[in-house]
Amino acid sequence: MTLNKTKIAALLGLALALGSGTAMAEETFWGWLGTFSHTSGVAPVKNKQYIEECGSCHFAYQPGLLPEKSWDKLLTSQALHDHFGEVADLDKDTLESLRQYVLANSADKSYYKIARKISAATEDSEAPLRITEVRYIKRKHHRIPEKMIKDNKDVKSLSYCNACHTKADDGIFKEDTVSIPNFPDYR
Amino acid sequence: MNYKHALMVCCSIFCGSLAFAPLASASPATDAEFAQFKSEGASKFSAEQGKQNWTKEVTSKDGDKRSCTSCHDADITKPGKHNKTKKVIDPMSPSVNPDRFTDQKKIEKWFKRNCEWAWGRECTAQEKGDFLKFLTGEK
Repeated sequence: MTLNKTKIAALLGLALALGSGTAMAEETFWGWLGTFSHTSGVAPVKNKQYIEECGSCHFAYQPGLLPEKSWDKLLTSQALHDHFGEVADLDKDTLESLRQYVLANSADKSYYKIARKISAATEDSEAPLRITEVRYIKRKHHRIPEKMIKDNKDVKSLSYCNACHTKADDGIFKEDTVSIPNFPDYR
Repeated sequence: MNYKHALMVCCSIFCGSLAFAPLASASPATDAEFAQFKSEGASKFSAEQGKQNWTKEVTSKDGDKRSCTSCHDADITKPGKHNKTKKVIDPMSPSVNPDRFTDQKKIEKWFKRNCEWAWGRECTAQEKGDFLKFLTGEK
């Protein structure tokens, strides 16, 4: 089978156009290609409303940390009324604009490495609602002993990302940025 | 500087302080809140009552005791800590945190959420007014 140069060029062009279309959610394809940070983490949160509404109570989990179907279940007025035991009601307009932002930047929609892995590792049948239920995140922390997380009074749970990940706010979770409280020798 | 000038300076300082004195504590947002509570039948807001309610404990349906001070500090000039997530919550008092109580929508949002969480119901207009008097330190 042979493809002539015009056909190849057309296919490449098409692939680029499609690719950049989905990439628009976080930035342009060319912008994405030109940055190196995406090789490791998740897209950092730049949405002020998200930081204000979600980040005033807890670590502002980047949308890329959960697949789209998870966010879809979490971000409804009914779900937020009992948000893991907390009352997190939002007015209709705020909820709608947050939903749009989060769904458009979910793990499935992002090019960042961790987001891609989270998306790929999620089974079709599941929609994890907690960070601690995300397969990829669970797997990555599997070997860390309980005394460093669960039984560590300054950590307690994997859900407190920034307890150990010193650059979690920037979407960086690389191992050399980890510092576990009360375990200064951990590397 | 002759005495006329001195008089004018004194005058303008006096007038200036009169004009700005109320702004030191009240904001359009809290004014609007108090007006709203009054229109709902509440009156005679009491900082003392608000202070008592601030630490009042209510047993939740899960059996744990909850109050405003589960997450905020009893001393409103000090930062609090979220009961569950341990996230630091900035002080409530505008005397140390001038951003507080400057946005009516935000005030209402947090009253609704936090009253429901702490006391298992929405607060009445009277209770909200008492809280606001206590928290803002407005006279």
